[in-house]
Amino acid sequence: MIPVRLDIYDEGLLLQNIRGGAVGMSKLLVQSSTNKKVILLLILAVLLLAPLFLSDFRLNLLGKFLAFAILAIGLDLLWGYTGVLSLGHGIFFGIGAYSMAMYLKLEATGGGLPDFMAWSGMKELPLIWLPFQYPMIAIMLGMIVPAAIAFLLGWLTFRNRINGVYFTILSQALVLVVVTLLIGQQNLTGGTSGLTNFQTFFGYPVNSPTTQTVVYLVTVVALAAIFLGCSKLVKGRLGRVLVGIRDGENRMRFLGYNTSVYKTFVYTVSGAIAGLAGMLFVLQVGIISPTMIGIVPSIEMVLWVALGGRGTIIGPIIGAVFVNAAKTGLSESYPDMWTYFIGALFVIVVIFLPKGIVGLFEKFQERWKRADVKDVKEPSGVTVRKNYSRL
Amino acid sequence: MSKMSKSQAVLQSEKITVDFSGFKAIKNLDFQVKPNTVHFVIGPNGAGKTTLLDVICGKSKASEGKLTFKNKYDLTKMTEYGIVHKGISRKFQAPSIFSKLTVFENLEIAMKQKKSLSGILFAKLKKDNKKKIDDMLNLIGLSEEQDKKAGSLAHGQKQWLEIAMVLMQEPDLVLLDEPIAGMTKTERMKTGELITQIAKDRAVLIVEHDMDFVKEYADVVTVMHEGQLLREGSMEEVQNDPQVRQVYLGRKVEAHA
Repeated sequence: MIPVRLDIYDEGLLLQNIRGGAVGMSKLLVQSSTNKKVILLLILAVLLLAPLFLSDFRLNLLGKFLAFAILAIGLDLLWGYTGVLSLGHGIFFGIGAYSMAMYLKLEATGGGLPDFMAWSGMKELPLIWLPFQYPMIAIMLGMIVPAAIAFLLGWLTFRNRINGVYFTILSQALVLVVVTLLIGQQNLTGGTSGLTNFQTFFGYPVNSPTTQTVVYLVTVVALAAIFLGCSKLVKGRLGRVLVGIRDGENRMRFLGYNTSVYKTFVYTVSGAIAGLAGMLFVLQVGIISPTMIGIVPSIEMVLWVALGGRGTIIGPIIGAVFVNAAKTGLSESYPDMWTYFIGALFVIVVIFLPKGIVGLFEKFQERWKRADVKDVKEPSGVTVRKNYSRL
Repeated sequence: MSKMSKSQAVLQSEKITVDFSGFKAIKNLDFQVKPNTVHFVIGPNGAGKTTLLDVICGKSKASEGKLTFKNKYDLTKMTEYGIVHKGISRKFQAPSIFSKLTVFENLEIAMKQKKSLSGILFAKLKKDNKKKIDDMLNLIGLSEEQDKKAGSLAHGQKQWLEIAMVLMQEPDLVLLDEPIAGMTKTERMKTGELITQIAKDRAVLIVEHDMDFVKEYADVVTVMHEGQLLREGSMEEVQNDPQVRQVYLGRKVEAHA
């Protein structure tokens, strides 16, 4: 801010202070958008350099948070921009995670039968496990399957105009169904204990610091790509159409939009993004089980978005990292406190921060700007001289 | 006579019935709208005026009858967004604009364009798009406000913005539901002028309660009563009809007195 002020209050302004004010204001606006870019690039640089100054343990944790952040962006695309609240994103995350875990498991057994299958008396690899022997296919399926399920569910519900809270309940029911299936089909899924004990990933030892650093960097790049892609999507006309659907779906229909197509599209994209996040999660955490994708995690995901600030792309990232960092910090020191904390957080966000952390920033920024504009627009020479002398 | 007028009509309704689980909001209605006319629909509450707009724009479904648009399309078999693309746009009674978008952006998403997902995904604001929006902003007098959030507009301005959004689709038939409700006297006059202006190229069908407004701007007035057409003609003809006076206008005068 200070360089801008110096600019405005040089002698040119004293001669033509009104015009100077206008120029200064436009400079200020340009500056704030470049400022944003600079901040984002700085954050990206810090994230990319994090392996240099974080311990392996902390880096691994950060990588997990960033995987959650990827999911949160997708969830916000659906909730914050399109107004469709899903309480079932744990499932899409889970399918991505299980796809990756199935591949890792098979690589660990060298294509043989995983131990839990042998214990439950299976003789050969079940059909649905077969494609997951190949890493590229497993990675693709980790996004395609959640996208396909989201597409199918979205198409059936939105086309039949099942909206709002009914859709939300349905998405929650989906979680119950999938979790029950996962636990019930123990011989296929490993049941409640899930899938773990991985050895290698593309032939590299999965738990070695080098592999973990590479996976972390891949996560950062994936996050940056999803961030840029989604920003571009919502900055285009599509973003305006989605906001239109969120704030007045009927009006959009009577403007000629088949809104259910848009909602299905966003739900599908959001499902695929959640699948990607799940895969990156499993690589860094080394285990996936039904409790990690059930109802409670699915609701927590929504809280990340709400706390960070929905209807923005940066908000969900902030929310996901903040909540999970707090969760780790608190459960390290006071293991019992976490549930109280998350409950309190929820109440605070709903009552005091409806627009989340980003909304809080914006409020401060606006106050700043208003104060600034007052100075800049001041037409009276006396005030300007006063300001000038103050500098 | 009937053949002649049929080919002239933009919209032709034949024996339309709208049934809300037993309650017939519209009964056997024959009705037509001619091009380049300001056509008002009046009548007491519950006469079926808004339902008539609903059934034309696809919000409600007709249980019987046919609604033919431009002699070609049977509206009773189409979706609401499909109807829009054939050339019918509707403004709702309460201003339903997108308050979080700017005035300009409101018009941008409303304008005539491919509204399919692939169309919107790759859409860019072209020069002629921008010109059309600028022209529309001029017409409704909101050029200065184009970068403001639509939510910050005054009530009258919101109504004009929604009329403009409806016009951006370049429809042949515009449906307006009580466009001047809640407006000041000057705003009413401006709206009246706007309606006269836009009816030069298209038909405008308006549901309205304000008789002074109807008198001033109507080409044709239809009086509805209990889901049926009671009388149709110029405002003068309608006003002097004893039946109309009995069920509607007379009551109104008494209420005022």
